[in-house]
Amino acid sequence: MKTLYSAIYRHIETVGQAGVFLFQAICRLPVRYDEALKLYFRQIYSVGVLSLIIIIVSGAFIGMVLALQGYSILTRYGSESAVGQLLSLTLLRELGPVVTGLLFAGRAGSALTAEIGLMKTTEQLSSYEMMGIDPLRRVVAPRFLAGVTCMPILAVIFSAVGIWAGMLVSVHWLGVYEGSFWSSMQQSVYFDTDVMNGVIKSLVFAVAVVWIAVYQGYICQPTSEGIGRATTRTVVLGSLAILGLDFLLTAAMFGDF
Amino acid sequence: MEVYVDVKNLSFYRADRAIYKDITLQIPKGKITAVMGPSGVGKTTLLRLIGGQIAPHSGSVTVAGLDMSRASRKELFDARRKMGMLFQSGALFSDMSVFENVALPLQEHTEFDDVMIRDIVLMKLQSVGLRGAAHLMPAELSGGMARRAALARAIALDPDLVMYDEPFAGQDPISKGVLVELIKRLNHAANITSVLVSHDVEDSLSIADHVCLLSDGRVILSGTADEIRQSKDPRVVQFLQGHADGPVGFHYPAQDYDKQLLGMN
Amino acid sequence: MKDAKANLLVGLFMLLGLAAFIYLAMQVSGLAFDEKSDGYTIQAHFDDIGGLTDRAKVTIAGVTVGQVQSIEYDKEFFMAKVTMSIDSTVDNIPTDSSLAILTSGLIGEKYLGISIGAEEDVLKDGDEIYDTQSALVLENLIGQFLMSAGGE
Repeated sequence: MKTLYSAIYRHIETVGQAGVFLFQAICRLPVRYDEALKLYFRQIYSVGVLSLIIIIVSGAFIGMVLALQGYSILTRYGSESAVGQLLSLTLLRELGPVVTGLLFAGRAGSALTAEIGLMKTTEQLSSYEMMGIDPLRRVVAPRFLAGVTCMPILAVIFSAVGIWAGMLVSVHWLGVYEGSFWSSMQQSVYFDTDVMNGVIKSLVFAVAVVWIAVYQGYICQPTSEGIGRATTRTVVLGSLAILGLDFLLTAAMFGDF
Repeated sequence: MEVYVDVKNLSFYRADRAIYKDITLQIPKGKITAVMGPSGVGKTTLLRLIGGQIAPHSGSVTVAGLDMSRASRKELFDARRKMGMLFQSGALFSDMSVFENVALPLQEHTEFDDVMIRDIVLMKLQSVGLRGAAHLMPAELSGGMARRAALARAIALDPDLVMYDEPFAGQDPISKGVLVELIKRLNHAANITSVLVSHDVEDSLSIADHVCLLSDGRVILSGTADEIRQSKDPRVVQFLQGHADGPVGFHYPAQDYDKQLLGMN
Repeated sequence: MKDAKANLLVGLFMLLGLAAFIYLAMQVSGLAFDEKSDGYTIQAHFDDIGGLTDRAKVTIAGVTVGQVQSIEYDKEFFMAKVTMSIDSTVDNIPTDSSLAILTSGLIGEKYLGISIGAEEDVLKDGDEIYDTQSALVLENLIGQFLMSAGGE
């Protein structure tokens, strides 16, 4: 019983420390804004641009699979024109933000943890401190902000590519009439509830995943095993956080029916 | 003798293990002080304590009159501008070229324009012999070159105190000689206070004006290089001569050998 | 040089994101900024709209000519009041035309179909179609079928 209490206590303490860490990283203002902006764009490159290929390819395949599956089920009811509706709502509300988040945790999150962990192991973080430069501001803040910016962009690209690829499969391969494909979609998709809620979801996931990633990198044991363990933890905790948050957000956004 | 770094009754623990038990030592201004001791004695920890990166559990570290453990964040960061530290691995920022590495402290802490910063960086690189390597990335440098580049970065802001963490470890004789020469030259030319942490006996004694020998969390001897060499203290003798057995036992503490072999507990 | 290339890619990345967002807004969710600018609105009352939604299409002979703007409950008549906008190019719908709620496929979307009447007067902005046919509600149909089968 005592160990349970102390375990709970430790976990709460960890969350608290992670919160203080994040707060300090964001709230310490940069000394030079042009320099800060340069660091931010450099991180957008390594977090966002480098994740683009995996996002586009996965989005296309998931869109095509959804179209095939949706068509084979809907055609039994003679409603294959509703495949556009099924495709767009599934991608915009759920698969877009969630799959992007999971891929992001695996691709960019683990890379962030490993990079910061390696900086710690090779004493680069200490080096910043000894130079009188705050590593939270210099290393963590641009990575966090870039990650939070990139993920909604990636999720939107994922959904758009998925819908487009699903359209190619259902219209040009399975022979769904293009007009009814789009009209059934446009009739059931709402910009504010579906498109925007998806963007909000991916924004929340981004904060969770990137926060976990940079924190795990920052507190990792400065050894090669330590980095390996921290990277694994980022992917596991990040993925679980996304799925858990997704349930909460879905309940809050679409649960009142 | 003017004292630059004053360590008083300092104790420091890491997970219940005492790294330092109530040690007191002084580092004179403008001199090269070598802090020596066997591996694992916490020499690097001492540098971190001096730099204020970690706080002692009791006692105090005073650098140029500022108590590092009681200083505010801002005071600490200001104090660090007058310190340079050469980390064991060099710790060059791997995403920047050698030039950008050396320029960074100048860009962060001075109002100099780009032309001036460029000139200073080239001067610092020239003094460590790496002006021609300015455009290289840290991954393209050899170990010795990385350490020299890191040294150029450490002295970019013309610090009053430079700390060297195991500067000779893992270096071939030539780059070791280069580093010894550089440390000596910097100290004499700019009157920089140098603290050198090392277990490399000969090289350290050859350049140090003042030596502190640490063992088991305490200072066992403090004096000039010659005083150390002439010491009769068996712990000092063992460390200098590198005897396998002595006050520092060859065997890790264990139960009785015969009993364990015979399976008796 | 390296930075310049990275900056270019970052710029392209952001533009791609913006393009995807606009695609989702315009093409997928059918958000149009000049939606109600051209066209006129007409109204109709239904006993039962049976799942018709906002932005359902309005068709004549299967061709989309407008969409549903709003659906509300009319307290006075105890009926559903549907307001729809019709393209301004389709300006010759006779006043005695009838309106039916149709379904594409068995469980597909609901939409409105206008059957053209014979009157010479045409519908204008704010007019109402009085001849309406409510949605076919599957439960009611089954109920009627069972009743009639039991009666025989």
